[in-house]
Formats: sequence, structure tokens, C-alpha cells
Amino acid sequence: MKRRIIDIISAASVCAGLLVSWRLIIFIFQLPAYLLPSPISVTQAVIQRFPSLLVSLGITSMAAGGGWLASIVVGIIVAIVFAQSHWIRRMFYPYTLLLQTVPIVAIAPLILMWVGTGTFAVGVITFIICLPPVIANTTQGLISTDKNLVSLFLMHNSFGSGLLPELRYRLQLLWKLQLPSAMPALFVGIRISSGIAVIGAIVGELFAGSSRVGVGGLGYAITYANAQLQTDYLFALVFFASGLGFAFFFLASFLEWYFLHNWHESALSPEED
Amino acid sequence: MTLPLPNIQEPQPITTPSGQVELRAVTKRYGNGSPVLEDINLSIAESEFVSIIGPSGCGKSTLLKLVAGLTRLSSGSVRVAGVEPVRARKMMSFMFQDATLLPWRTVQRNVELSTELHGVKKAERAAIAGEMLSLVGLSQVAHQFPRQLSGGMKMRVSIARALSTRPKVLLMDEPFAALDELTRDRLNEELLRLRAEGRWTGLFVTHSVAEAVFLSDRIIVLAAQPGRVTYDLPIHFSFPRNAELRLRAEFEEAVIEVSKNLRGVMERRKEGKEP
Repeated sequence: MKRRIIDIISAASVCAGLLVSWRLIIFIFQLPAYLLPSPISVTQAVIQRFPSLLVSLGITSMAAGGGWLASIVVGIIVAIVFAQSHWIRRMFYPYTLLLQTVPIVAIAPLILMWVGTGTFAVGVITFIICLPPVIANTTQGLISTDKNLVSLFLMHNSFGSGLLPELRYRLQLLWKLQLPSAMPALFVGIRISSGIAVIGAIVGELFAGSSRVGVGGLGYAITYANAQLQTDYLFALVFFASGLGFAFFFLASFLEWYFLHNWHESALSPEED
Repeated sequence: MTLPLPNIQEPQPITTPSGQVELRAVTKRYGNGSPVLEDINLSIAESEFVSIIGPSGCGKSTLLKLVAGLTRLSSGSVRVAGVEPVRARKMMSFMFQDATLLPWRTVQRNVELSTELHGVKKAERAAIAGEMLSLVGLSQVAHQFPRQLSGGMKMRVSIARALSTRPKVLLMDEPFAALDELTRDRLNEELLRLRAEGRWTGLFVTHSVAEAVFLSDRIIVLAAQPGRVTYDLPIHFSFPRNAELRLRAEFEEAVIEVSKNLRGVMERRKEGKEP
């Protein structure tokens, strides 16, 4: 308890120090508000425009969350298919890497042409950049199951031979061994993509943020505030965006802890071990 | 005119087993053609306990996997209770060098795994697991997770899981190699006790001569590269055996005897002569 208080105080003093030096920099260099607004005017912008901030936050959360969730579901399914044979992996895995290296800024306009503007398009962009880490990590987790445990499942396989029994055996292996074994790796993928989901959504919104003029997600509002030289509001939006990214990351970490704390080493706190 | 009936017996199919586990002229090669095991002939009687010992790379583990039907043989035949290993899997259990428990399952549910895979109903397999856990003295940790257990306890869980299906043949691939000596000795005694109760046939791969002598009816010494049966040594100590046996001079002598044979096998290999 005492340690926690010290933790909070030290984190808070760094925050206070940053705010003070922020204000000092403006004072020393005599910066105008449109270049660097003061902490106070940013706070005022937050308070005054809180409703529209919340709307933007809600829209971006939906797009980022939807794309993220879809990438997890699709990523798991693709990884399961990849885990079935190394031939499938040889044929298709390189394209997963390709997906990861495609500059999202470059293909965003293309996606807009294909699926139109608005939250759905932003979700699609988020989905595309979140997908590779989920596929890569989950596939790795599925195929690196303990060989001896696979042998154990094979030895006690009671489905007999034939196509249908083979399928049932594969499903049993997947459900009772491979998927649980892959959970830690899956959560690494989920955590990595949680960080980039918000970035993806905001990049998407820079291109396609709004289906109605004036109303859009954080990325759209950022371009709008920038164009209007509302730098204090821009700052407020940036803070909200990084707060959202942090929330996603926190959610991923919490889920990881919730599902794995009973058994997986990496999820154990040091005191427990 | 009648031809005299030829005095020839019905040809016996070579697959007719005389032992519970029967290996005839078994050869196993790697993909590149180099032999791992060559011309292995081995017959293990019902409820016999046989240890396999030999230098590393002699194919001990491969031999066990052949009996389990987990790897394919290049030539020869393996029969378990008269049938091919793959068809006899249901009457076998396998124990690995580590406990290979599922970390997301409690001890109880880990023990249930083998019967669960055999398709035993939930209530029945829970009952069996409970019984097995009390047999290995772990009833009080049934609801803990593997990470909360010591290495020796994990191995006990693994034993309980292996015995839950009431196997006729238990295949063990250096199951206690990773444990400290004291724990290993205790588990050896326990294994003998369980065998007296379960009456299964044991095939046990180990690096430890003392362990092999303590447990076995017979010790097979394999030579390496390629692996082949060099010695087949009976161990005559009567059952039940207990910890006190290890202190007897005869035990020491038997260990020395087996060690000499093992060393002979290894030295001949070093000099490059064929064993």
C-alpha cells in the first residue's frame, strides 16, 4: 500500500513537471497559441467542447473496436487453417507478411473507393493493419504445441480411422490442446494489434472520417481542427486519441490476465511465483 | 495310389505372438537411410517389467515409439497383444520425460484427460481420477493447478493419468530423468507398488543402471549406431522389492554387472569395432 502511494506520487510529480515546463517553454519562447497552446487553454477546450469530443471518441472507438474485434476473429480462423498443414503455410503465409508491409496510408484511398467513406471504411482499414500480428502469433502458438502432448492425444485417440474420425480427432486436438496452448501467443497478438488499432482508425479517418460534414471521429476532427488552426482543440483530440489507445491496450492486458492468470507463467505476478 | 501326406506343419505366420509385446527383426531408418535400430528381436511377457538401457543415440526412445505406434518401422514387425500397435493403442499408456500436463487444467482434470480421450463418461472418469489420485497420494491437491506442484508431484499426476485407462502395457520414456535422486527413488518404489496392484507390462527406458536394476525383471542393453540388442540380462531379486533392497550387497553387484556390460558396449563403439 505504501509502495503504491509512492508510485502514484512519483508519476504525478513527473506529470506536474511536464505541465510546468510546457508552460515555461511558451513563456520563454513567447509562442503564440496557434503553435503551442497552454495547458490551461487545452483544458478549457476539453471542457467547452466536451460533447463533440465524446462524439468523436465514440465514433473512433466503434471503428477501431470493430476492426480490432474482426481482426481477432478472422485472425484466429486463418491461423487455424494455417496450422493444419505446412503446405498451406508455405503457400499463403508470405501474403500475410505482405499485408503487414503494405503502407496503410497508401492503400487507404483505394479502400475508400471500394467500400465508401464512413465508419465502416475506417473499420476495414483498422482490420487490415490489426490482422497480421494476430495471424502470425496465433499460428505460431498453434504449431508450437508440445510434441509429446500431441503424441498423447494420438495414443488415446479413440475415433478410429477414416475421413470423418480423422476430422473429429483434429477438432478434438484443436479444441482441447492446440487452442488452449496457443492462448498466450494469441494474447500477444491481440495486445500488439490493440496498440495499432487506434492508430489505424485515426489514419483511416484522416481520409474518410465522416459521412456528414462536421461530424466524425478523432482523426477527422484532428484534420478539421488543424485546418481551422484550433490548436488547443487539436491537442485535446490528440490526448483523447492516445487515451483511447491506452484503454485498448489496457483492455487487452486485462483480458490476457483474466484468461491466463491461473496457469501461464508470463501472466503471473512476481510475488505469486 | 495315394501320396503320403507331407509331414509338414501348417506354416506359422510370423506374426503369431508369444509375448505381450513382440518385436521381430525390427529395423528403423531415418529418412536419409541411416539405421537407428537394426534387427531388433524382443519378446516381453505379460506383466513383465523390462528396462532398456544404452548409450545416447542408440534408439531407445525410437523403440518405445515403435511399440506405441507413434512412428513407422522400416521393416520387421511389432505386435502388442497380437495386433499392430496402432490397433492396440487403447490398451497402452505412454509416459514422457516430463509430466506433460495441461497447465490450464487442474490436477483432477489432467488425470481425467486420458479417459476423456477414450470417451469415458464424465461421472465415471471423475471417479476413476479420484481413485487414481488417492492411489498416488495426491487427493489433497486435486483442485490445484500443475504450476503449484513440485516436479515429483507433477510426475505422480502423470502416472495417475497413464494408469487411469487401466493399460495392459505401460511405456515409459525416461519418466524420472529430470527429478532429483531422492524423489526418483521414492517414485521408483511407488511404481513397483502400482505395478503389483495393476499387473501391467512395463517397458521402461532409462539412463540410470540402478533404477533399471531396482525396477526390472529384465534389462536390455542396446548398442548404438545402429541400435541393436547386445545383452538381455535377467534381474533375479524377488518381488515385492522395497527401498531396503538398494542397500544390499547383491544389489550393488547387480548394478556393477550391468554397468560393466553397458560400458563394454560403449567402449567397443569408441574403438570403432562392431559389437
